[in-house]
Amino acid sequence: MSINATPTGADVAADETATRSGGRHAAVPAQRTGRRAKAPLSENKRAERRLGWLLCAPAALVMVLVTAYPILYSVWLSLQRFDLRFPDQREFIGLENYTTVLSNQFWWTAFGVTALITVVTVAIELVLGMGLALIMHRTLVGRGIVRTAALIPYGIVTVVAAFSWRYAWTPGTGYLANVFDGSAPLTERASSLAIVMLAEIWKTTPFMALLLMAGLALVPEDLLKAASTDGATSWQRFTKVMLPVMKPAILVALLFRTLDAFRVFDNIFVLTAGGNETSSVSMLAYNNLIRGLNLGIGSTMSVLIFITVAIIAFVFVKMFGTAAPGSDDGERR
Amino acid sequence: MAVETTNRAKLRWGLLDVIVVVFALIPVLWIASLSFKTPGTLTDGRFWPREWTLDNYRTIFDTDQFVRALANSIGIALIATLIAVVLGAMAAYAISRLDFPGKKLLVGVSLLIAMFPQVSLVSPLFEIERQLGLFDTWPGLILPYITFALPLAIYTLSAFFKQIPWDLEKAAKMDGATQGQAFRRVIAPLAAPGLFTTAILVFIFCWNDFLFAITLTSTERARTVPVALSFFTGESQFEDPTGAICAAAVVITIPIILFVLFFQRRIVSGLTSGAVKG
Repeated sequence: MSINATPTGADVAADETATRSGGRHAAVPAQRTGRRAKAPLSENKRAERRLGWLLCAPAALVMVLVTAYPILYSVWLSLQRFDLRFPDQREFIGLENYTTVLSNQFWWTAFGVTALITVVTVAIELVLGMGLALIMHRTLVGRGIVRTAALIPYGIVTVVAAFSWRYAWTPGTGYLANVFDGSAPLTERASSLAIVMLAEIWKTTPFMALLLMAGLALVPEDLLKAASTDGATSWQRFTKVMLPVMKPAILVALLFRTLDAFRVFDNIFVLTAGGNETSSVSMLAYNNLIRGLNLGIGSTMSVLIFITVAIIAFVFVKMFGTAAPGSDDGERR
Repeated sequence: MAVETTNRAKLRWGLLDVIVVVFALIPVLWIASLSFKTPGTLTDGRFWPREWTLDNYRTIFDTDQFVRALANSIGIALIATLIAVVLGAMAAYAISRLDFPGKKLLVGVSLLIAMFPQVSLVSPLFEIERQLGLFDTWPGLILPYITFALPLAIYTLSAFFKQIPWDLEKAAKMDGATQGQAFRRVIAPLAAPGLFTTAILVFIFCWNDFLFAITLTSTERARTVPVALSFFTGESQFEDPTGAICAAAVVITIPIILFVLFFQRRIVSGLTSGAVKG
């Protein structure tokens, strides 16, 4: 960072931030000279920096204040016995809450349910989303209509859709209830989970498809034509040409949907209320907090969910590296 | 021969289109249909109503519970959208136009927030807002909404801002326009579509939220419609709330349908432009 001839205090601090966030900044000077023909004056430069910080400060402050502080506070709460029904018994108990939760049958059942829902829905959504993306991108007729229709599940309030599914499967009321000879599918575990997954897939496949469509738009038309002239079948064109180009978009879509699926709450709340062992971890944390008023246990679950999501995100980013948005080439577009 | 293949291709695509449209619309049509059924025919299990009625809509607009929730939903979502878009636009302008250290950090932080499990904030926010007196108030919901809408706003807006030909501003100034005029007449009209699209996406996000709304409210003071829906119980305990729930559900679906019908192109471009960054 040798742009400024006279580093002031602010500049030194800034340079420290830059070096701390890693060697990725090596590319910045080149980019800078590339964009502007001549080297800017240091006075202008400093004004630009100040403006940049000033403009970003409110957004950054809000985001950090509303997430970082509570999550730290959550860690602190999770180390206490803290039940709002018995506030006198509040005391520091170390990791006892964690042993309680991690040795609890309900926690692991909920964890299993969440993991199952995540894996199954994301896998199905990837396939369906790819199909939908292809339809939205390449259809010869009614492109506007199909895109408009696909946006409805994306935009609709999840609770509304969940009620629609619930009544559809309610015996007597619903048009789907008779599929299983009038039995009540929402009162049995396997069928309830299947319905939760159906509702999730219906709601979020369009989002997956939109992310994938962004990747599809990057596939050069010439390449497809060339492959076609060389005698590639449409399947070969899909696997050999489209998929490799789309790989970054697919990974981003998978990452976002996986993390999102892991937070499943609304659909379960409305469809089963967590009955018949269909609670997700979010549902369980909610029950401990609002129904049980147990802040200690609720916070412990919050922290555990946070750690799990962090691990998932870390694994994705480690495995696929720069494919994540916000990385160097992503940010520059 | 060639014409025939394109016709057949068109037919195939058309068929696929129909499948998508039907699949996307069925749950929406179903809940709308339920909302128009009379109590007597509600449980007949038929997809379309045999007798139509508007009673369910009359019922919900007569109950304070729903009207208050609707006002809360609209107010909270609009305020959160406004603030998130303004803050997001400032940050996105800096990200797409200015060079300053810490830019990568900000992009990284917004990415982290986008991946953040919201349920992890529920317990601490519940306790913090209780202490600050924000629990069960509008600001108590607006704050987390802004926070989680900001990454979306920043990503979408910086993608839009990068496409604006900023040199036009310089050209306008060279032609004698003042800084203010250049911004008002040249840049603002170019940026407006991006801001508008972002506002729609952010509004949909806030409108949709259930988790924060159910954990950070306890009365009609700040309860939004999705939460009110899940608490609907009918006038007496013998009355089935299904019709009322469906009518309320249809009411809060209307804005979404309008957005999607009128701004499909914008929403798609907004969502995909933010994602191309991969």
